[in-house]
Amino acid sequence: MITVPSPLPTREDARRVADRVLELSGADQTEVVLLGTDNRLTRFAANQVHQNVATRDLEIRVRAVMGRRVGVATTNDPSDEALRRVVERAALVARMQPENPDFKGLPSGGGVGAAEMPRAFSERTASFSAGDRAEVVAAICSDAASAGLTASGAFETGAATLTVANSLGVFGHHAGTKATLSTVVMGPDSSGYASRMALDAGDIDGAAVGREAIGKAVRGREPAEVEPGKWTVILEEYAVADMLAYLSFIGLGAMACQQGSSFMAGRIGERVCGDLVSIWDDTADSSGLMSPIDYEGVPRRRVDLIERGVARAVVHDSFTAGRARCESTGHALPAPNPYGPFPSSLFMAGGDRGKEELLHGAERAIWVTRFHYVNVMDPKTTVITGLTRDGTFLVENGRIVRPIKNLRFTEEILGAFSRITALTRETRLLPTWFGAVRCPAVRIEGFTFSGTTSSDAP
Amino acid sequence: MKDLAARALDACQFLGAQYADIRIVYSEIESVAVRNGHVAAMASEESRGFGIRVLCDGAWGFAASSVLAGFEIDRVAEQAVAVARASAMAMRKPVDLGEPVVGKGRYETPVEVDPFRVPLARKLEILMAADAAMAGVKAVRTREGQLGWQRQTKLFASTEGAWVEQVIVESGGGIEATAVSESDAQKRSYPNSLGRHTGTTGFELVDEIDLPGNAARIAEEAAALLTAPPCPAGETTLVLDASQLALQVHESVGHPIELDRVFGMEASFAGTSFLEPGMAGAFRYGSDLVNVTADATVPGGLGTFGYDDEGVPAQATPIIRDGIFRNFLTSRETASEIGQASNGTMRAVSWAHIPLIRMTNVNLEPGDVPSLDALIADVADGVYMETNKSWSIDDKRLNFQFGTELAREIKNGRLGRILRNPTYTGITPRFWASCDALGDRTTWRMWATPNCGKGQPGQMAHVGHGAPVGRFHNVQVGSSRR
Repeated sequence: MITVPSPLPTREDARRVADRVLELSGADQTEVVLLGTDNRLTRFAANQVHQNVATRDLEIRVRAVMGRRVGVATTNDPSDEALRRVVERAALVARMQPENPDFKGLPSGGGVGAAEMPRAFSERTASFSAGDRAEVVAAICSDAASAGLTASGAFETGAATLTVANSLGVFGHHAGTKATLSTVVMGPDSSGYASRMALDAGDIDGAAVGREAIGKAVRGREPAEVEPGKWTVILEEYAVADMLAYLSFIGLGAMACQQGSSFMAGRIGERVCGDLVSIWDDTADSSGLMSPIDYEGVPRRRVDLIERGVARAVVHDSFTAGRARCESTGHALPAPNPYGPFPSSLFMAGGDRGKEELLHGAERAIWVTRFHYVNVMDPKTTVITGLTRDGTFLVENGRIVRPIKNLRFTEEILGAFSRITALTRETRLLPTWFGAVRCPAVRIEGFTFSGTTSSDAP
Repeated sequence: MKDLAARALDACQFLGAQYADIRIVYSEIESVAVRNGHVAAMASEESRGFGIRVLCDGAWGFAASSVLAGFEIDRVAEQAVAVARASAMAMRKPVDLGEPVVGKGRYETPVEVDPFRVPLARKLEILMAADAAMAGVKAVRTREGQLGWQRQTKLFASTEGAWVEQVIVESGGGIEATAVSESDAQKRSYPNSLGRHTGTTGFELVDEIDLPGNAARIAEEAAALLTAPPCPAGETTLVLDASQLALQVHESVGHPIELDRVFGMEASFAGTSFLEPGMAGAFRYGSDLVNVTADATVPGGLGTFGYDDEGVPAQATPIIRDGIFRNFLTSRETASEIGQASNGTMRAVSWAHIPLIRMTNVNLEPGDVPSLDALIADVADGVYMETNKSWSIDDKRLNFQFGTELAREIKNGRLGRILRNPTYTGITPRFWASCDALGDRTTWRMWATPNCGKGQPGQMAHVGHGAPVGRFHNVQVGSSRR
């Protein structure tokens, strides 16, 4: 029986499990993905820790290929008996279906030489204890209470390993850590938000995060109403990251492009937004979320998606690459994945301004900290809607003059990006649903607020 | 499993926990997805593990592991207690669980046709037949269909003496047709969008919804939407189909009534609530026609079970009666804050997550209008909207905007031409106050929201909503494209 010592499998342990799976499989081609996780999260509300969790898991995902038929089975039991069963189930699932002519096979081992990224793993993060997190959280809660406010949020630290092997010679192993701290600080009629992400939990200045959110909540008291309409806006990095995450979801992956629903479909080489906008995905950049391989073991490549406003490329996995007759860019997600590939470490180029300089020359504008409950209304035109939250301010004559009540916006992401007039030179790393985004704060002209919010029930 | 559970509880008590519970869960999930006549995904997933929750020094700790072995039970118990002691470092008020929950029992989802025994060939046959029916419409670029089924076997035990075993089965699926032109893409789904029509039921649900029989219709509608006029903007009478009204309930009733949200426990992620504890029994939530019940016992509801993940038996709770707000969804901890006992809504999506207050089946009770036609017959000028496409609501659950896949004009009591990209907005209590007609039980059915997000780490819960068709006056409608 193969045992996998806690907490996470080493390269050698993972290789032993993977080799055993490949040995047991009778499929034409076999892929095994081991995902080890050791995640811990301290959550707080009303100035105290109210939820505190620590979880370990090892998922073993097997993809069996019979001709052009693909079956996937998973288990989280590394015992030999369970490995036999998962291999059999994957093969059974594959045998039960008709062939898919679009499936070209698993990636072969020739391309795998992706160097491991030891800088992606922080021992400090991996060993960050509940007590360490509680200490940071307690300080934020204490500062909030001293200001007559209540703090809520979450401090998450985690380590994960990804091992991919297949019967065509692919093998890759990666270990990484990440830490994120976010807080919402609230008063009776105001709130403020701040967030940080880092590979090393020790790099996160909890006090600074607390100060930022508390400062917004203090300055946000007695908000006024403003009329919706088209406004000049300064969007902090949190709001820009949200827009980038949705842009990615809507259409930076090849599947949506091939289906015709992406804004990138048929537009590679064409201008899609303003020339101040460059967006790319790069998991080798140590200022982002590092990872050398995707979930097929293919080395991840930098992909320039939008370059000075011109659509350049979308990301591929082996399936979409096969259909497009190009190479995978190394953006596969765990199989089975009918949604296709997505970026995982997005970057947006910064500009030449400091954050306060975005206010310069703004006669009348709105400063937005972040968005809430954003949703896609029209993927083809990139129309999204959502609300502002946790720090929304009126700007007049280049100065923040007063807080305002939250507004609903309805805007085209690419249309808004076309009206960017300034970006900060500093960028911030933030978590998103697919991984991470590093982006600047921006100033946009003519941003559409479509409604007000009513903070009082009638 | 029983020995491991007992070992865990003993270990926690030995380490000084005032309370401990353990959930040992084994889950099996299978799915098949078809796209454009080919299998896009077919998977069989298994996961097992346990989670230990403890109260120590008045604060919560939770630890979980996939390794079901005695040595790991001991390690995780120790970790849970250590985590709780760390929580106590930043604690202002100790947790009070109220009266002990000591029930023992067993529950199993009633199933006519075990979905795990239905041959894969049969499942593929259904999806391929639906695909073939959609394939005849030229403008449809992408045809998708999916079926999913799962079984969760779990044991809950606590140091108070509770001991509950459950087997929860779910089945369901859906189809989608996406028509594409040079400048637009329009999607139609059946029975609901995002493949989200499921229930705690067997494969009989899949036979009942008849995916192949509805496939050609949705393909034709998707194509028709490409050239349909946009929904005009203005204030008008809005009629919602039952599936969209179910989502309206989810977003603007189900979430704000979660008592943990009211107490600010979700402020950092999902948000808070405009409701306050003192509003129970007094606040007018909607018109006299509006009656809502949270019911975890409804047969086939996606939020149906035997016991919640604190061992509290499933029950029905009146939420709104004759338009007046009555009760919150509670846990043991939050219920004790308002002097009540839990009404059994705590659920965790897996062994690796802590239980949170989740909607069960939060149902809008039917009215007395015998059909959609009868509901529309009184409308001189209005809009009918069907099948959710987008949803957005503020962090207090007041200001919302929804979009649906399709709308139709209502003129002089009849449904007219199709309208594209329809949206509507409102403020929660004003919207519900404008409800002036609801369909009767013949228009009412159970719907599902299998993607309800909450918590950190995030959890996607499976919840249910029964709803009829409904009519609302003076609602602002419009179009998502400008």
